[in-house]
Amino acid sequence: MKYALKKFAAMLVTILCISFLVYLAFDLIPGDAALAALGTDVEPERLAAMREEMGLNRPFLERYFDWLVSFVRGDFGTSYKYHLPVAEMIVSKLPVTVIMALISFAIMTVVSLPVGIYTAKHSGGRIDRGITVINQIMMSVPHFFMGILITYVFGMVFKLFTPGGFVSYETDFAGFLAYIIFPCIAIALPKIAMSVKLLRGSCMGEGKKDYVRTAYSKGNDTNKVLYRHVLKNAMIPVITLWGMMLADMLVGSIVIEQVFNIPGIGRILLTSISYRDYPVVEAIIVLIAFVVVVTNFCVDLIYGLIDPRINVGAE
Amino acid sequence: MKCLGKTMFGRQKKIPLNFKIGAAITGIMTLLILMSFVYTPYDITKMDSASKLAAPSFQHLMGCDNFGRDIFSRVLKGMENTFVIAFLTVVIGTAGGVMIGAFTGYFGGWLDEVLMRIIDVVFAFPSILLALVFVSIFGTGRYNVVAALGVAFVPSFARIVRGEFIKYREMDYVKSARLAGVGTLRIIFVHILPNTLTVLTSSIMIGFNNAVLAEAGMSYLGIGVQPPDASLGSMLSESQTYLFSAPWYAVFPGLMIILLVLGFSLLADGLKDPAAG
Amino acid sequence: MLLEVNDLNIEFHDHDVPERVVNHVSFSIEEGEILGIVGESGSGKSMTAMAIAGLLKRHDLEKKGEIFFAGTELLHASRAKLRTFQGNDISIIFQEPMTSLNPVKRIGWQVEESLKIHRPDMSREERRSRTIAALSDVELPNPEQVYKKYPHELSGGMRQRVMIASAMICEPKLLIADEPTTALDVTIQLQIVKLLQRLNKEKKMAVLFISHDLSLVKRLCDRIIVMQNGDIVEQGSAQAIFECPKERYTKELIEAIPRLEKLV
Repeated sequence: MKYALKKFAAMLVTILCISFLVYLAFDLIPGDAALAALGTDVEPERLAAMREEMGLNRPFLERYFDWLVSFVRGDFGTSYKYHLPVAEMIVSKLPVTVIMALISFAIMTVVSLPVGIYTAKHSGGRIDRGITVINQIMMSVPHFFMGILITYVFGMVFKLFTPGGFVSYETDFAGFLAYIIFPCIAIALPKIAMSVKLLRGSCMGEGKKDYVRTAYSKGNDTNKVLYRHVLKNAMIPVITLWGMMLADMLVGSIVIEQVFNIPGIGRILLTSISYRDYPVVEAIIVLIAFVVVVTNFCVDLIYGLIDPRINVGAE
Repeated sequence: MKCLGKTMFGRQKKIPLNFKIGAAITGIMTLLILMSFVYTPYDITKMDSASKLAAPSFQHLMGCDNFGRDIFSRVLKGMENTFVIAFLTVVIGTAGGVMIGAFTGYFGGWLDEVLMRIIDVVFAFPSILLALVFVSIFGTGRYNVVAALGVAFVPSFARIVRGEFIKYREMDYVKSARLAGVGTLRIIFVHILPNTLTVLTSSIMIGFNNAVLAEAGMSYLGIGVQPPDASLGSMLSESQTYLFSAPWYAVFPGLMIILLVLGFSLLADGLKDPAAG
Repeated sequence: MLLEVNDLNIEFHDHDVPERVVNHVSFSIEEGEILGIVGESGSGKSMTAMAIAGLLKRHDLEKKGEIFFAGTELLHASRAKLRTFQGNDISIIFQEPMTSLNPVKRIGWQVEESLKIHRPDMSREERRSRTIAALSDVELPNPEQVYKKYPHELSGGMRQRVMIASAMICEPKLLIADEPTTALDVTIQLQIVKLLQRLNKEKKMAVLFISHDLSLVKRLCDRIIVMQNGDIVEQGSAQAIFECPKERYTKELIEAIPRLEKLV
């Protein structure tokens, strides 16, 4: 419990730090809400009045605190470009990006776990060597190029989906899934390669340890040694990697959304960057960072469950 | 003598195949990149409406793009850009990481606590996201990408170097050097830093690969190297419109990214674990 | 005769030049006997132990000869057949108590594992009570508590006791102790040796005690085998070996034992 509380406190501090740094960074940029509301060719007097009215002349910390409080309440500010509440712009797009990341993550775990265990168990065999070569190549493919290849092969040659024919989850959920599965595969494939490689190496490294010899000496067969003894130990580094990958997938889907022409968070983020629509950029960045930090917190908790040594270290 | 014979004959490991293939790929890519500094078959901005989206041929090894520009020449130039950006990124990341990691790891204390908290925060940020923030504030373009990625890469190097320094600072040879009156800076840079090189080298190579992939991703999103200058990412982005009619336009730049990364990661694997393969 | 090793040869083939680590080794152990094997590192004593425990599994090694355990040949037996003996009739404890236990599993789970394998029809409660009895048998204080602990919460000496408890749980006829005290403090070493001695008497269990420490072997063993470079140099009763060693190597080993009078 102590460990979990400590990690929870660390998570809160990290989120505060990130929000502060992001707010600070965007505060330093020339141009502010008043300028955005009135346009660049406005008389300085009106601009100053507007600033006063919008509360932009108050001390930095006060403004940060206000921003933070309203952010926690779900008010992410107003878009410079569209003059819409940022929260409204994001909320309908968020599920697309999150569902994509989750499906990719599910594909990755479901595929890499058995493949990693199999290759570790049969290391040096023909299948293992084949998979190692495929892994090496997969890890070198940028996922957006993987997306382009998948578009060409599955979309244009086999016609399993219509490239660019994204269906919103609000109108047709099944159609949405049928389209979204391909970008998810594109995101997952390089990650599968990495996690298979790590799991295989980790299993084999654990397999050389003394406790494995002890397990054999009790009359365990290879499968029991693998599943009852080695796997839990071998999963410890893999869990860390998976935690980082979930974050990566969330961000990776920003790029993949472009490849498959999907209107998600990535689309809004990129257009906002090019229009210098800072409130939107700021909100999305803080939200993604929030998800990343919460993910890391969950990884830490799982860690504590798997590895009994960690709880002691924290006390 | 028996023992000697064993090591002479038995322990001599062959160079792993992985390493050889990696070296071959990296060698060829490096030659191509070096060549691109002085020579490309065509001017990369020269448009030729007659050969729009031409298929690969002897005149245009990788075909032509939608403006009739020679893809091979643009790929060469793009590789050069990618390489230079990735290289500078890794240099910034390593330099910053070594500085922060060495001092925090060696001295520990409150400075270490504070810096590592900050590093953790930055590390929690996926690097491409950090680069996006950077670019949205300072604008797009090659040098902003280098700065953005460089800063984003500092934390991972700092963590690795710090871990190594914590390991070495308690070692007896360091303690005895300290007792012998060797200066702190000298201990850090002469006595400890060289020992971290093995670990550092492989993380530099992995970092280079990540930088290549990140740069390609950013220029694919249109926030890296700006047209008409060539970059592999932006070529891929353009090629998508013509994917059905001219698949080679997408294939070649993508293939080059893969080869660049593959070569390096095979090399890194070979260096890290000479017995593997 | 409980165990009979006939002309055991083990050769490594992982280098260009084959390396022989055990060379024409033959010996036997009676039921309830304590046999010691001494020798410096690289003498082949641990390899011999591994061969008896059925833990030689490297593909690039060649083994010749035969090992009979209660009439069954083990050296060339199938893995499945070996497993019916491992942990059941033959148990082994190792040099490194710190790493020989699985770090992520509770002590109780690890100690009763052999029961799960070899006594599958035993109830959960019975397994638990047997395990706690075994833990208190190896003189661990608060066995109920130890049952729930993880290896990292115990000291080296306690972990070696846990290893012994886990090896004893199926009441084997032979316990192989491969340098069980080398990694421990001197005072703990003595406690472990005394514990082995007691268990040997109470359970009528034969012990194959492997060590480079001649003074410990002398304390514990009825008979002693001295090994060097894979060969048996000398074997005989503990008394005979100590009082009139025949071989120069044995004499050197005995000379090397630090003695109080020498130090004063």
